[in-house]
Amino acid sequence: MAKQLAAVIGTGQTHHTAKRQDVSMAGLCREAIDRAMADAGVDWPEIDAVVLGKAPDLFEGVMMPELFLADALGATGKPLLRVHTAGSVGGSTGNVAASLVQSGVHRTVLAVAFEKQSESNAMWALSILPPFSMPVGAGAGGYFAPHVRSYIRRSGAPEHIGAVVAAKDRRNGARNPYAHLKQPDITVESVRSSPMLWDPIRYDETCPSSDGAAAVVIADESVASGRPAAWIHATAMRTEPTTFAGRDQVNPQAGRDAAAALWREAGITDPLSEVDVAEIYVPFSWFEPMWLENLGFSELGQGWKLTEAGETALGGRLPVNPSGGVLSSNPIGASGLLRFAEAAMQVMGRAGEHQVDGARIALGHAYGGGSQYFSLWVVGAERPGAR
Amino acid sequence: MVTSISEPLSAPLDVGFDYTRSLGPVLGRFATELREHRVLGVRGSDGRVHVPPVEYDPVTAQPLTEFVQVGTEGTVTTWSWIPEPLAGQPLQRPFAWALIKLDGADTALLHAVDAGSPQAMAIGMRVRVRWTAEPVGGIRDIECFEPLDAPERAVAATPEPVTMITSPVHLRYLHSASPEESRYLRGLAEGRLLGQRCPACGKVYVPPRPACPTDGVPTEDEVELPDRGVVTTFCVVNVPFLGQRIKPPYVAAYVLLDGADIAFLHLVLGCAAEEVRMGMRVRAVWRPRESWGTTLENIDHFAPTGEPDAPYESFAQHL
Repeated sequence: MAKQLAAVIGTGQTHHTAKRQDVSMAGLCREAIDRAMADAGVDWPEIDAVVLGKAPDLFEGVMMPELFLADALGATGKPLLRVHTAGSVGGSTGNVAASLVQSGVHRTVLAVAFEKQSESNAMWALSILPPFSMPVGAGAGGYFAPHVRSYIRRSGAPEHIGAVVAAKDRRNGARNPYAHLKQPDITVESVRSSPMLWDPIRYDETCPSSDGAAAVVIADESVASGRPAAWIHATAMRTEPTTFAGRDQVNPQAGRDAAAALWREAGITDPLSEVDVAEIYVPFSWFEPMWLENLGFSELGQGWKLTEAGETALGGRLPVNPSGGVLSSNPIGASGLLRFAEAAMQVMGRAGEHQVDGARIALGHAYGGGSQYFSLWVVGAERPGAR
Repeated sequence: MVTSISEPLSAPLDVGFDYTRSLGPVLGRFATELREHRVLGVRGSDGRVHVPPVEYDPVTAQPLTEFVQVGTEGTVTTWSWIPEPLAGQPLQRPFAWALIKLDGADTALLHAVDAGSPQAMAIGMRVRVRWTAEPVGGIRDIECFEPLDAPERAVAATPEPVTMITSPVHLRYLHSASPEESRYLRGLAEGRLLGQRCPACGKVYVPPRPACPTDGVPTEDEVELPDRGVVTTFCVVNVPFLGQRIKPPYVAAYVLLDGADIAFLHLVLGCAAEEVRMGMRVRAVWRPRESWGTTLENIDHFAPTGEPDAPYESFAQHL
C-alpha cells in the first residue's frame, strides 16, 4: 500500500540561548509548540498524537521526561511517543511523526524536541568513565576531532576549510532571530585565531551549549490542502554500531545508505542540482564537507571544494545551513528537528532574512551518537511528483 | 580456545550531578510560598484544585494561572510503610510514603508521614505539615507530615523568592565486564594484551567482544598481541572539563596494535604534542608492576618507538 501524503503545516522554535532560567522544561517546550500551532493555524482538539524527542536523560537528570511533560504537550488522553536516537533525535522525531500520518493512523501529529542543557553539563554527561577503561574521553569534541583529522588527511583539504564553514554559519545565524549566536562580523581569520580546543577543532568551530525547543505540525493531505505546506517527499533513517573493525568513521555506511534511500524515494538523481537548500547537522565545522560527501552532494574527497568555492553560502549553488545551523544554536535534542523545520520553512517561503530565493526542494539532516544514527527528510513546495 | 571459567569482573560506578532546575512561573510560585509556610494549588478548567500546582491544564492543555491557597492539614488517601529508609529519603527512621489530600485540594500530594509505626497509619487519618528548620526551596521545605495529635513544633518562616532549585541525582551501579572483557582485563593484570579473532571474518578485536559486531558469531580464538603499534589518528585535548582525569593538554590517540583490526583510545606522551603524527609507531609504557590492576590504565601511556612511520595505506582502512 502506498504511503499517504504528509506535509509540515507549521513550525515553531524558541529563542535559543545558553540559559533559559525563567522557564521550566514544560514552558520551554510550550514556546515552540505554541508558535508551531499558531503557524499551522490548528488548536489542540485537532492534534491526534504527540511525538517527543530529546537526547540522553542524563542531560537533565529526569528519567522519561515525556511522562511529566504530558500535560504541557497537550498529550493527555492521546498517544504520546518518546523517540531517542542521541543527537539525531530531533530528526528521528520528525520522521516518526511523519510516519504516523503517512501510515494513515493519524491526520495531524505534533512533533516536539527539546534540550535544556543549562540543567547540567553535557561535556560531563558525555565523558562518564566506566571502570577498567582509560580516562582519555573528552566529550563530543574529543570524540569527533580524531575523525576530522582523518578526513583532512584523506581528502587533502586545506587547513582553513573548517574556518570557512564556521564563519559562514555564524554569519548566517546573525540573520536568524532565533539563533543563539549572532556573529555578523566573524571572519575566517578570526575563527583561525580562536583557541584550539580539541586540535584540529577550534573554539569558533564548535557548537554552543543551548537551551531550546522546536516543534512542527505534520498533517495529511485532507488537512494540508489549501494551506501553506512543506510536502514530505521522502524520509530515511539508518543506524550502525559505534565501533567495529574496518568501520569508516569519516564516511559512515549508515549515512551513505540513508542518503541513497532518501534520494531514491524522492526521485532525485543529482542532489547538487535538484536540491535548493540543505540544513545539515554540523556541530563541528568540518562536518559540512564530510556530510556533503556522505550525502552524495559531491564525489568522495571533493566536498571541501564546494565549501571553499562559496557554493554552500547564501547565494551559492547549494546554500547549507542558512539558519546558522548547529554551529549557531545547539539545544541538542531539538537540533535535528530544527534542521527539519528550517528545511520546511525554506520551501514554505517563511525563512525571513535567511530565506533562499525560490527554494522548492530542501533537505533536513541529523546525525547522532558516534556518527551512528542518521535521520533525513526531503520536503518540497509542491506535492511529490508535481515537479 | 578460552578454557578457564571465572567470574566476570565488576566495579562500582557512581554517576552523579547536582542538576540546576529552573522552576518556571507555577512551580516557582509554589516553592516561594512554601518558604512562607503556605501551600498553593492551581485551579484547572474543570474547577479541580491541583496540588502541587500543574503548569498546564490536563484537560485543555492551556496554561494555568489561578492560584488557590489550600490547608496545611489533610487526609491520607493511601500509604505504604518504609521500614528501612534509603539515603536521601525525607526521614532516616521508618516512615510511611503517603498520598495526602490537603484541605481544599482535589488531588493528592506524595510525601512522607512520620507516624512511628505502621499501626499508627490508616487511610482517612488526618495529618499536618511539619515545616523544616532548614529550608532549601522546594518540596523539601516540607520536612514531612505528622499525625494531628503529634506535638506541634514552631519553626519560623524564611520568606525568599525561589526560581531555581538544585537537585542532586546519583545513580550507583555495579558495572560488570563481559566474560571476554574480564579475561582481557585479567590479562592486563599480568602485563598481557589478549584479543580474540572472529572465526568468520578473521578480524582481531582488542578488547574482545562476546560476539563479532559484523558477523554476530562468538569470538573464541584468543590472540596475544604485542604492546606496540601505530597511531591511526588523534586529537590534542586542550580543554578542561568537569570530571576530567588527565590534565590538559594531552594527546588522545587511536592506537592500532600490531596484529589487531581495531584501534583503541589511549594517551601518547614521550614527545611534544605537535610531533605526534598519523602513522607514528608507538609502544606501551607500563606503570610499575606492583601498581597493576585489571585495567587498561596499567599502560601509563604510549610513546614513540623511533621507528619509521607506517605508510598511510597500511592503516587507511582503520580510520
